[in-house]
Amino acid sequence: MPQPIDQAAPDQAMTGQAAPDQAALDQAATGPAAPPSASARHALTATGLSLGYDGTRIVDDLDLAIEPGAITVIVGANASGKSTLLRGLARLLPPQSGTVTLDGRDIAGLPSRQVATIVGLLPQQPIAPEGIGVADLVGRGRYPHQGWFRHWSSTDDAIVAEAMTATQTLELATRRMEELSGGQRQRVWIAMALAQKPDILLLDEPTTFLDVTHQVEVLDLLHELNHEQGTTVVMVLHDLNLAARYADRLVVMRHGRIIAEGPPAEVLTEAVVLEAFGLSARIIADPVCGSPLVVPIGRFHGTDPLSI
Amino acid sequence: MTADLTASVPARPTADAAPLTLARTLKHRRERRIVLVLAALAVVIAAVSLMVGAYSLSVPDLLRTLAGQGSGSENFIVFTLRLPRLTLAILVGVAFAVSGALFQTVLRNPLASPDIIGVTGGASAAAVFGLLVLGLGSVATSFMAFAGAMVVATAIYLLAWRGGVVGYRFVLIGVGVAFMVQGLLGYLLSRADLRNAEDALTWLVGSVSGARWPEIAVLAAFLVLLLPAVGVLAGRMRMLQLGDDTASSLGVHAERSRLALLVAAVALAALATAFVGPLAFIAFVSAPIARRLVGTGSLALLPAALIGVLITTVADFTAQHLLPGNLELPAGIITGAIGAPYLLWLLATQNRIGKGA
Repeated sequence: MPQPIDQAAPDQAMTGQAAPDQAALDQAATGPAAPPSASARHALTATGLSLGYDGTRIVDDLDLAIEPGAITVIVGANASGKSTLLRGLARLLPPQSGTVTLDGRDIAGLPSRQVATIVGLLPQQPIAPEGIGVADLVGRGRYPHQGWFRHWSSTDDAIVAEAMTATQTLELATRRMEELSGGQRQRVWIAMALAQKPDILLLDEPTTFLDVTHQVEVLDLLHELNHEQGTTVVMVLHDLNLAARYADRLVVMRHGRIIAEGPPAEVLTEAVVLEAFGLSARIIADPVCGSPLVVPIGRFHGTDPLSI
Repeated sequence: MTADLTASVPARPTADAAPLTLARTLKHRRERRIVLVLAALAVVIAAVSLMVGAYSLSVPDLLRTLAGQGSGSENFIVFTLRLPRLTLAILVGVAFAVSGALFQTVLRNPLASPDIIGVTGGASAAAVFGLLVLGLGSVATSFMAFAGAMVVATAIYLLAWRGGVVGYRFVLIGVGVAFMVQGLLGYLLSRADLRNAEDALTWLVGSVSGARWPEIAVLAAFLVLLLPAVGVLAGRMRMLQLGDDTASSLGVHAERSRLALLVAAVALAALATAFVGPLAFIAFVSAPIARRLVGTGSLALLPAALIGVLITTVADFTAQHLLPGNLELPAGIITGAIGAPYLLWLLATQNRIGKGA
């Protein structure tokens, strides 16, 4: 369990509406290379959280503390409740019971815009209006930072340009979304999420529909974001090996509950894979970076446990 | 294990906002050009409909009359006969078009339009009930129409509600309600005697004839209240275009914003119907045409309103002057004739219902 961060942070962020906004502006002014300060980090925690739709329970009495400044990857079989958990953490789905707290406060009671300046979510299949241009779409990520009296400014331009540079989409600025390839489109969506400047970024399967090259590209981008700007990243991934490589903490779900949680090297064991996915597998060290690599066995290969 | 990877990456160059400025300039230029062309067309059609008729005016005649220098008969023709009718057509064109644009955007479905889902039909049925059964006067009948649209829209909303409103469910229930309303209308008309049934015709197809300045002032006053409210909500609507999840994660309360926008949309449609009856298809076609013309993924509310004005004024002009045999028809018959082929085209080409708006 991560320790709660220093008490000054939540107070500073929550007492005034302007505080998080100002923090984002300061960060923009000092440039992307500014080291992430501990006070900018927020703690997102689920306690006794149950989620579901129309009376069915999908996530059941779950406790999870997202480690600030880390990359947390949620894995699990289909229908294990991964996406639902993510939606609950982003307060897109009200809890049936339990709470999600942001810096110790119930997220349901906080103003939507204020939450949106801290927590961002990229859905699995976001919708782009027909004909929309790339720059326009990314710019919409600035919405929570604007208000009645604060409209588009050069600061917004700078933040959008920075987000598009980081995702290598700036040269696509004048193109339309429907002209782009799947990989480019996904980078544009991530740019929009970055333009929102969330301290905690949630992503629901950001690599689905992408070929392996673009999957690695997107995950590298998120890694870079996490390491350079200190953004807390929480994502659902299908690929266990990529999850193990990119995650600082791995959350393994089964039937709406967490069955294992921690650093991938400790969590991803043959027993856990068998329990979560019903899959017999061998775990070896990833020759690239040493993280656990899941090698499935199946019915026809490697039946002799001594042979690899 | 990978923490030192970033050390080898060169420092990112300062982001240059020039491509953003360029993209924005191109978008604004395109949108402005469309608005200017549509506005120019509207001015031409307005001028033509003020000039042409049983007594035709030349351009100098018209300008002189508008400047207050016209003869008695010219003043009567322009200010009492033609200008009220034109003004009413323009106002309801705006109201229907904006209403349709809101419905289609908020429910993310091109079929979600007050005339397709029975909202204006509800207004008609209530008005005809007031006229034929209760024997109400014209003002009270307009109130009935407004109330009818509100009641039908509320019923659809409540029936479609299931922890939230989803576009396609709203549309399907609305289409069902539209049929019920049509049935009710048919029943009312079959019970009425022939003379009254003719009066009821306005409430079936819609017409801008018989416009008078006091009514127009009331309609204009309501629009002055409603349209700025729509403007205030436009930012939220732009986020809703991205889907509920994205909108919510950007800090928009999706369900609440949708309800507010639907209330505004229903009020606009109900208001327009209360004054001219259910002019068919203006709400349905205006925003999709405008968005296709603009093509930048923006809400295109102003272009949509201008398209609404164009359709209404052209339809009324056609109904008055362009039909063979001096046959003067209500404008609603013409708008229906324009809209029906569009509906067929939409159904034939749109295999992705729900994505078109």
